[in-house]
Amino acid sequence: MLLEYIAIGVLLFLATAVAAIAIFLGELFGPKRKSDKKAQPYESGMLPIGPGTRRMPVRFYLIAVLFILFDIEIVFFLPWAVVFRQLGLFGLIEMIIFIGILLVGYIYAWKKGALEWE
Amino acid sequence: MDAALIWEWVIKALFLIFFLLGGFAYLTWYERKALARIQVRYGPNRAGPYGLLQPIADAVKLIFKEELTPSMADKVIFILAPIVTVVPVMLMAATVPWGPPIQLFGRTINMSVADLNVGVLYITSIASIAVYGIVLAGWSSNNKYAILGGLRASAQMVSYELALGLAFVLPILLAGSMRLMDIVTKQAEMGWFVLIQPVGALIFLIATLAEIGRAPFDMPDAEQELSSSYHSEYSGMKFALFFMAEYEKMIVICAIAATLFFGGFLGPGVDKWPWLGPIYLLAKIIVLLFLMIWVRATFPRIRYDRLMALGWKVLLPTALGLVFVTALGILLAEAVNPAMLWIIPLLSLVAGVLAVGVIERALRRKEYARR
Repeated sequence: MLLEYIAIGVLLFLATAVAAIAIFLGELFGPKRKSDKKAQPYESGMLPIGPGTRRMPVRFYLIAVLFILFDIEIVFFLPWAVVFRQLGLFGLIEMIIFIGILLVGYIYAWKKGALEWE
Repeated sequence: MDAALIWEWVIKALFLIFFLLGGFAYLTWYERKALARIQVRYGPNRAGPYGLLQPIADAVKLIFKEELTPSMADKVIFILAPIVTVVPVMLMAATVPWGPPIQLFGRTINMSVADLNVGVLYITSIASIAVYGIVLAGWSSNNKYAILGGLRASAQMVSYELALGLAFVLPILLAGSMRLMDIVTKQAEMGWFVLIQPVGALIFLIATLAEIGRAPFDMPDAEQELSSSYHSEYSGMKFALFFMAEYEKMIVICAIAATLFFGGFLGPGVDKWPWLGPIYLLAKIIVLLFLMIWVRATFPRIRYDRLMALGWKVLLPTALGLVFVTALGILLAEAVNPAMLWIIPLLSLVAGVLAVGVIERALRRKEYARR
């Protein structure tokens, strides 16, 4: 069974090679006439002001944290779904309790306005 | 482990890669042609008959373009980002079965690169890696548009990944296995899962649209605000790789959707002639791709706050509800009567209508408050 992962490794190697070759072809055949104007960051023709990477809105962190919370929940769902027929009613009730606890957090986040985007 | 096995892997991997490359090239042609037809235009028709050589002309053009790197960019990550975006897409396609196993040269050959027993889990995990490529591209180009676009794209992708992950749970529940081959064979006896779980399939399709950043959820490349956002500093072949990643992702995700919900390679006569399998799967992929293009031609882009609200407040709870509806239906079918399985589509349709009602009400109330 683990042999299948070697097949994926082969695919990974070949896919990376194809992507690298594509970039290499571009570097090989493309013209190279560098100038200061071309090397500037593109800002619709205006002169760039300040650094390109700056502080980002905290909303993105909030989304990321909520994502981690719920993604773990979903990862927990997957094995549960596989053995659900063996677990039967016990599995369903178990999952409802588990999700019930998480739903409290979800409702809290909703009420706190974490899901609003203004 | 013998030499023949290694050759099998290499040949299957190369076959998959070249299929995706060719598919990418002709998907661009297909999309432009279909969009043009919807908008009563001709579309590309100059290069070759019906414009069939257009993708080749585009590729040659992109190879001969100058590769620009912004002066303050992080050079290594700038080059690495397109590779990190495109490689997971090709890896994602590895587990999709293209047909029943065939006998060739006295060996049994599976029609997928790797028939993993955790296929669906593998797909979800590899799909998450693609987010890195986009964030790194936005961050490394040292451009305000790019970083904003990268952040937006990543926030959108992780938000819809939740609904997508829950939609993945539905076929696993119905089939009782994460192996894609088992999911397909289960659909041979139970009927396509789209019939049992129609709302689940719809949520899957919506969430994948957002996950790939296709219209109407194409905020990641919002041209009028961010000038194509995370890849605005990319040119030449590096840009082509991002483009390739997007279109290959369309193909792969359609293949996965076809496998999970639309019966995969199943179709009349597959048992007798296994070579029909890939043809059926390809036909289903083309139909689903047309659906994506049709959506792009029909719906305007939705606003970012509504996009996030749709993902978090509508799709996530609905998908969660669907998982429990499906679980309940399976339990009833096992305990009472197999015919009880029909409770799943009924209840899920109710849940879907409820969700649509909630959207409708939310939108209407806002309209009212503004006046």
